[in-house]
Amino acid sequence: MIHFVVHDEHDSVGVVVVEGIRAGDELTGWIMDQDKTLLTKVLNDVPIGHKIAIRDLQDNATVIKYGTDIGRTIAPIKVGEHLHVHNVKTKRW
Amino acid sequence: MKANGTKHAFMGYRRSNGRVGVRNHVIVLPVDDLSNAASVAVANHIKGVMALPHPYGRLQFGADLELHFRTLIGTGSNPNVAAVVVIGIEDQWTQKIVEGIAASGKPVIGFGIEQHGDHDTIMRASKAARAYVQWASELVREECPVDSLWVSTKCGESDTTSGCGANPTVGNAFDKLYPLGTTLVFGETTELTGGEHLVAERCRTPAVREKFMQYFNRYQEVIDRHKTSDLSDSQPTKGNILGGLTTIEEKALGNIQKIGRKCMIDGVLDKAETPTGPGLWFMDSSSAAAEMVTLCAASGYTVHFFPTGQGNVIGNPILPVIKLCANPRTVRTMSEHIDVDVSGLLRREMSPDEAGDALIDMMYRTANGRLTAAEALGHREFVLTRLYESA
Repeated sequence: MIHFVVHDEHDSVGVVVVEGIRAGDELTGWIMDQDKTLLTKVLNDVPIGHKIAIRDLQDNATVIKYGTDIGRTIAPIKVGEHLHVHNVKTKRW
Repeated sequence: MKANGTKHAFMGYRRSNGRVGVRNHVIVLPVDDLSNAASVAVANHIKGVMALPHPYGRLQFGADLELHFRTLIGTGSNPNVAAVVVIGIEDQWTQKIVEGIAASGKPVIGFGIEQHGDHDTIMRASKAARAYVQWASELVREECPVDSLWVSTKCGESDTTSGCGANPTVGNAFDKLYPLGTTLVFGETTELTGGEHLVAERCRTPAVREKFMQYFNRYQEVIDRHKTSDLSDSQPTKGNILGGLTTIEEKALGNIQKIGRKCMIDGVLDKAETPTGPGLWFMDSSSAAAEMVTLCAASGYTVHFFPTGQGNVIGNPILPVIKLCANPRTVRTMSEHIDVDVSGLLRREMSPDEAGDALIDMMYRTANGRLTAAEALGHREFVLTRLYESA
């Protein structure tokens, strides 16, 4: 069963695609472009559609999704941690 | 008449100017807000006639007024419309809209309210509408090739499943429809922010790229002039954020999955401007759903692909809006709004090609006459874009 999907293996994040993910769950991810599988332990409760980090990110680091820059971290983020507006901001506007 | 059969055709209404419609509406089109009451009264009185009320059309000027006229004339000229009754407070602007629509060759007549009042106007307009609707009811569908279909796209209430499921499904369908000679369009200028370089790379010629970047930079200047913060209260929207989208860049990269991986951008349109040939067009436009879809209808598009994540319910009076969704929760909680369920993509139970084919199949069924969820539910959002304040 697929719990999260990743667009490209170089991305920083995956998207949770099932409901009811709880902290501590062992998740299976599908890397779509390379058609590979990835296993990650999730650190928070994460709603469907929200992202988790698939690699450790330092503060003020660039976040990559679709192989492209989608913003910067405003706090360090660990593998499996919920990544959203509380720890990532736009670089635009 | 299936997408994957040998015959790429559908049953449509061929209009006298050669364009093909997939609906056969007779509409009452108010020129201005003051004419809504009479227009709605005519539609209540004559069955099979639809009024398109809206709040604008008084004391607009310059480019904003030109856009107002272009949107109304384009809406009346759309091949999904068989005939038009125009009602305005004044004769002069009413006749301007009538003449614009008459150029498409379809039956159109206008009525001014001043010196007549609502009662007399409603009576005269009802007589015309009754004759039109009876005439239109005898028009018959005929087989038309797929290259006579104009397909627009815009997504709404997007979430992260839009970027991995529903939007790439539109992209897959666009990549298949493009070589068949269809006329395609996408837009949402602000929601390309963060992915504008990827759109620029897809422009067919340097001239097209330059025009695209002019529109993109112009919109960025508008935002810089009016913003009071970093826009994080509006873009992404609260619904987008609830659905997991974090930044405008992430939203934009998901958004541009709709233009596929192969088809090239052949030209750039101003708002409500009509394309001059087949291919993929970019139209400068707001990212607000009803405004963008209204502009697509005014440009002459006849079928619309609308991917959603959290569940946008939008429709349009004359342009059938086909909704597709990859979010299993939305498909479960809002099933009455979804025409094509592509949630299997995220379970790895459906391939991108299968999802694209399912959408194209629904496109043919819709073109042949199947009512979309939005049509069945009565969603007729008709929202005119304004450029600035009235005089």
